[in-house]
Amino acid sequence: MASGGSTRSVTWASTIVQHRGGGIHVHLEFHRISRNPWTVLVLRGDLDMAGAPRLRQEVAQLVAAGDARLVLDLAAVDFIDSTGLGAVIGALRRVRSHDGELVLVCPEPRLQRVFEMCDLDRVFELHGSVDAAVGASA
Amino acid sequence: MTAKGIVELLIPARAEYLQLVRTVVGEAAAVDSSLDAERIADLRLAVSEAATNAIYAQAAAGVEDRIVVRCNLAAEQIEIEVNDRGAGFDPDEVRSLPAAESPKRLEHESGLGISLMRRLADETTIETSVDGTVVRLVVRFLATGDET
Repeated sequence: MASGGSTRSVTWASTIVQHRGGGIHVHLEFHRISRNPWTVLVLRGDLDMAGAPRLRQEVAQLVAAGDARLVLDLAAVDFIDSTGLGAVIGALRRVRSHDGELVLVCPEPRLQRVFEMCDLDRVFELHGSVDAAVGASA
Repeated sequence: MTAKGIVELLIPARAEYLQLVRTVVGEAAAVDSSLDAERIADLRLAVSEAATNAIYAQAAAGVEDRIVVRCNLAAEQIEIEVNDRGAGFDPDEVRSLPAAESPKRLEHESGLGISLMRRLADETTIETSVDGTVVRLVVRFLATGDET
């Protein structure tokens, strides 16, 4: 399509949006599945500056409870940024400090690309499914 | 640059507003259909990095002003400005991280935002002073001859 706008006319007025609180939530949910000896932590939503502290908290709770072999399932994560990647690195450090392991499920190319741009695909193996992740580390 | 539209978003400097920023910028970018989904995702990620840095900057400075995100939609490009009132920084002094193969890489959970922005946008400029920082991100639309 030509960039001159001939096929699509856009007339936006200057818009100011001000959110005054209420109705704004952190869009990240967690779900735990036991898969002995692994614990699968399923994430759903956005892993960004808002979600990262919650991931750190979840991992800290699991490791403190003795669950240091973790699968982070990112298949239902819609968005990840460098702050989210930092939380994943933090999770790896935490489980390793308790002689544990961390494996990732990340089948979505758009998320894999963010890992690649940060060279973190060389730190984490990105598996296509929980079965593949657990099988690779058996 | 011929303006086609401007969207201005004022948000509290809080992380839970980042998704709103990404949504608005993504919708603004999608108005021009020459940007494919991957390029729009690139822009959303770059803007999220800029807005995240803005939130951190204002928190560090103890400033509660709203962060301004302005989308300038033109015929040939979309330009996003993210403006904070933090204390500024020296972008040339942003440290580089150890190589991915180094065990020391895992000691760093942050520090990737600016390099990601520069990689994702066609142009990234950062104007910073003790009064705040303006990050401008430009993504150009495909000209007719660029299409395959």
